[in-house]
Amino acid sequence: MSFMGINWFKYSSPQAFHPLAGKMIPWFAAAALGLIGVGLYIGFFVAPTDFQQGDAYRIIFVHVPAAWMSMFLYVIMAVWAGLGLGLNARPSFMMAQAIAPTGAMFTFLALLTGAMWGKPTWGAWWVWDARLTSELILLFQYIGIILLRASIDDLRRADRASAVLALVGVVNVPIIYFSVKWWNTLHQGASVSMTASPKMATTMVTAMLVMTLGFWMYSFAVTLARMRCVIVERERLPSWGKHSSIQDVAEAR
Amino acid sequence: MQWGSLTEFVAMGGYGLYVWTSFGATALCMVWEVLAVWRRHAAATAGSRDVS
Repeated sequence: MSFMGINWFKYSSPQAFHPLAGKMIPWFAAAALGLIGVGLYIGFFVAPTDFQQGDAYRIIFVHVPAAWMSMFLYVIMAVWAGLGLGLNARPSFMMAQAIAPTGAMFTFLALLTGAMWGKPTWGAWWVWDARLTSELILLFQYIGIILLRASIDDLRRADRASAVLALVGVVNVPIIYFSVKWWNTLHQGASVSMTASPKMATTMVTAMLVMTLGFWMYSFAVTLARMRCVIVERERLPSWGKHSSIQDVAEAR
Repeated sequence: MQWGSLTEFVAMGGYGLYVWTSFGATALCMVWEVLAVWRRHAAATAGSRDVS
């Protein structure tokens, strides 16, 4: 397969992927910084104060992007895990391994910022509501996947076991998303949808979407960087970043 | 622009504690994660030569 004259399959090899990722990380990091900067500016200085919730609503600019990322990253992790199982491809498992901690962090942040928003608006840090409970379960799933991998010494078995767990857990993502429709929850409904016009002022939606894009770029940068760590840790070749002789590789194995 | 002064901005209409805790915790987590990955890469490549 060649697209723009580039042999993309080359990059399915960890040795070729490692330097490519190294080149991509600064661009994603710069995009993340820029977008988050613009998002914060719009969120704090352009978007007006909400007539109902006052300035407490501004938590939305980190809460919703973090919650979206927690679900997006879970699905992406599960897709890589599934590809790994289907194609028996090591780099796919590594990708799933690299995504899990970032997903867990965003899930934790969604819960924490949610508590910070719940206290002033609902009067409670936490309620056992369908949306909150299913998101808490997502955090436990991420932790379970990370711990299961860490608890199995054989890398191939660890890859497969955590991939199966990740795939089974995907069922929780639609449950989180539709929880506000399926059950009577204290949590408010979807802020933005494809079918209806947004329920918020345009500047508020803009800030939220720009912050989400920034979090995407951040996630790309940090998971690619962790992918590089995983590659080096797992492949242990004598020298990354330099062409290895056949003898070097043979000695390393 | 709806902020008359810096104090007003920090107060966030009385919700300053909640708003700044949310944004602060998010910033801390992201910075911590970047540093953790950075150190992990340094530790992983410590044994090998010529790693950029």
